[in-house]
Amino acid sequence: MTPFVSLTERDEREMLDAIGVSSVDELFRDVPEGVRFRRELALEPALSEPEVVAHLEQLAARNVRDEVSFLGAGIYDHYVPAVVDAVLQRGEFLTAYTPYQPELSQGVLQAIFEYQTAICELTGMDVSNASGYDGTTVAADACYVAKHVTGRSIVVVTEATNPQVRQVVKTFAPGFGLEVVEVPHRDGVTDPDELAEAARDAACVIFQQPNFFGNLEAAPELAAAASEAGALAVAHVDPLSLGVLEAPGSYGCALAIGEGQGAGNHQSFGGPHYGFLAARSEFIRRMPGRIVGETVDAAGERGYVLTLQTREQHIRREKATSNITTNQTLLALGGLVYLSWLGPQGLRELGETCLGLAHHAKTRLQEAGLEPTFSGQTTGKEFAVRVGRNAADVVRDARAQGVHPGYPLGRDYPGLDDSLLVALTEKRTPADIDRLVEVLAS
Amino acid sequence: MKLIYEKSQSGRTAYTLPRYELETPELPEALRRSEPPRLPELAEPELVRHFTELSTRNFGIDTGFYPLGSCTMKYNPRVNERLANLPGFRDLHPLQEEEGAQGALELMWRLQEALVEVSGLHACSLQPAAGSQGELTGLLLMRAYFTERGEHEQRRKIVIPDSAHGTNPASVTMAGYELTPVKTDARGNIDVEDLRAKVDEHTAGLMITNPSTLGLFDEHVEEIARIFHSVGALMYYDGANLNAVCGISRPGDMGFDIIHINLHKTFSQPHGGGGPGGGPIVVRDTLEPFLPVPQIVRDGDTFRLDFDRPKSIGKVRGFTGPFGVFIRSYAFIRMWGPQLKRMSEIAVLNANYLLARLRDAYDLPFDRLCMHEFVVSARSLKREHGAGALDVAKRLMDYGFHPPTVYFPLIVPEALMIEPTETEPKEVLDEFCDALLAIAREAADSPELLKDAPHDRPVRRLDEVRAAKRAIVRYGFEDHPDLGAEPVEPRQLEAQKGA
Repeated sequence: MTPFVSLTERDEREMLDAIGVSSVDELFRDVPEGVRFRRELALEPALSEPEVVAHLEQLAARNVRDEVSFLGAGIYDHYVPAVVDAVLQRGEFLTAYTPYQPELSQGVLQAIFEYQTAICELTGMDVSNASGYDGTTVAADACYVAKHVTGRSIVVVTEATNPQVRQVVKTFAPGFGLEVVEVPHRDGVTDPDELAEAARDAACVIFQQPNFFGNLEAAPELAAAASEAGALAVAHVDPLSLGVLEAPGSYGCALAIGEGQGAGNHQSFGGPHYGFLAARSEFIRRMPGRIVGETVDAAGERGYVLTLQTREQHIRREKATSNITTNQTLLALGGLVYLSWLGPQGLRELGETCLGLAHHAKTRLQEAGLEPTFSGQTTGKEFAVRVGRNAADVVRDARAQGVHPGYPLGRDYPGLDDSLLVALTEKRTPADIDRLVEVLAS
Repeated sequence: MKLIYEKSQSGRTAYTLPRYELETPELPEALRRSEPPRLPELAEPELVRHFTELSTRNFGIDTGFYPLGSCTMKYNPRVNERLANLPGFRDLHPLQEEEGAQGALELMWRLQEALVEVSGLHACSLQPAAGSQGELTGLLLMRAYFTERGEHEQRRKIVIPDSAHGTNPASVTMAGYELTPVKTDARGNIDVEDLRAKVDEHTAGLMITNPSTLGLFDEHVEEIARIFHSVGALMYYDGANLNAVCGISRPGDMGFDIIHINLHKTFSQPHGGGGPGGGPIVVRDTLEPFLPVPQIVRDGDTFRLDFDRPKSIGKVRGFTGPFGVFIRSYAFIRMWGPQLKRMSEIAVLNANYLLARLRDAYDLPFDRLCMHEFVVSARSLKREHGAGALDVAKRLMDYGFHPPTVYFPLIVPEALMIEPTETEPKEVLDEFCDALLAIAREAADSPELLKDAPHDRPVRRLDEVRAAKRAIVRYGFEDHPDLGAEPVEPRQLEAQKGA
């Protein structure tokens, strides 16, 4: 047996006596014979703690390490400070559940309230939920909000939006009763006029800033095109860009969504992370997921509770604004600790550092004869570059030299087979960029 | 306690970052940030103190007994945290080439194999982010299955019992289906006659937990399966209560076609104050072609991601799912091994022991042996002494316990839904029973002790109505309102607590 149970033979005997049965098997007498499982589960043999550690260390060792990586495309190798890991390992946070009983949960409730505040500050919005699953599912959530707010049944997504975000929206759209229309990119960005045309009967318009290629969209014009058509403008943003880039709330967006991973979560092969969803106050009662609100207790002292629960599945059932129950609270807490560690000054400095590194890498590659895929565009911490041959082959060759040069765009965009998406975080150095140039120019 | 924003002082910083002396390109003015976000400004020591103080105002399994019914609050092994933070896992980018991620892919493949065995079905997708998303994914699989058979337009109805979690009906709507509720009979099983009258060629499927949210194993599950399969409908198993039946009865053998498994319940992923979770789905072979992409497949000694699945419903979340959750659940399963059945046996033994000790002091809606959890009612306490389930719950806090789920399932008035899990020792179960028995006596002798509870928490009972009415959902800085200065209105309960 595992070390996680305390039951002794004597305990078992006393408990069976108290229940009034003679064996544990008798406790299962309501399980019909025909559905009883009569053999032992065919699971691998039990391991002791040292053995399970050794086994998983062996598995972990079969994943690459010590590679200089320029992979991004939605998940980024930003530094996670020690304070984040330390706070998240506090058992009082780690092993609690959703704060249904506020008197026992003021810690996590206040933390979520502070998180909601941070997300509102970053995005320029009025209300944030307590988190969504990730940066893809919050886009589907936004579509569900827009359907109910506008009564319309088309959602527009720009082709320059992260392909996985688009795929998830397409998966859920039929169930929501929505049709998805994609607006193609023109030289790596979205044409506001083309978007305006597509938005005419749309419930919402989702665009990404900076977009999947790393290019800066004319975001205020895209938001205006959506709003003028009566569609909700939804900006999918990188939280760490918002020290240097304008907040979606300042250019007329109805909702701001995004992937929180870069802000305080390890990459962890894609999860768990947190998605964020924030909105203008007029949409508060259509928001999906948990929301924490401030109130007072019986003695008039300030405290926090889950609020506006009449939106939620456990009250409203089939009429709920979402089915979400377990969200990503611990990861969102990591986000709050991280953003508190950075502060406004750190957020800006981080944004500028990444921009500086990306600009440096782009310039160095250009000097080595590698042209940007979208030459006239302003880029953020990520950019697309033409590598002169199939980018997947380039990745293979570069990895043999210890460098992962980026994401081959041909996987999602036919016609861009010769392009790599290169991401820079503050953890990459000018010396790392030298190596990137060396392996790509060779 | 002050908010972190109220501790903030302009100019203080906790961060340090590398500086490379590189030129920062100029951004177009229209796109440049105009007003900086008002994030907290503190040095690191005060940052750590703030979150440490917050943690002391929270209650987790590490703090004490947490019998929140339907949530399976079992001990979370610390070794799993060490494993999830191995750099080879933690720092792995999800778009790493397959040959650079063989260990991660193998771990996921092995976890899938274990979940397939436990569920008695055939093919697994780890992708869904939580149980609710697993439900929605399962319903989309039904849509895809019936669409291929040309029956989607005909089959619009999903049958759900009146004891179901709220997520089930919410998922039904989000998948574009219509809800057909079915009643619970006098023994706490699904009312088979009611069911028979409601299932026909317009039915797409059934969605239930078994054991149910009442903690009772449905004695007619074989008959229920016959009813659904005879009209060509599918059966969905909400795995929220799987902790009761591992190695005892497998959903596939009960006749279910699709199941989601809550890794944060049965397989010990810490609940994290409300997530992360994991909601893998396992399906019968007939539904395998529709599973989300990518699938993890094994070719000899190597593992790869299969995106070439033309009938797939698509993606339900980014990448291949919450990998860190998989690490913890896989390690947990490896430490139990083939004896996993014992986990469920002890969970069921613990629940029945509590039930046996409490049955005379509280009302029992269904007088049967329970599975891993059970529901009692404070109806008599409420009627006779004016102290109901919520008051019992709050008074339990004074005794050092987290309350059970209250006011759920909805079909039991003044419900207390109690789930001890396998990881509690007998002494803790006894102390908890002693507390609930004492509270039942207090309700008779001095009910105000219950109604004023809790007495020693950082806050007293909170005004939820005012929270919903005023909807202060972010700090307002210099404009932040003072609710304590506003007149008080009568308080009422807005919501159930738990599940």
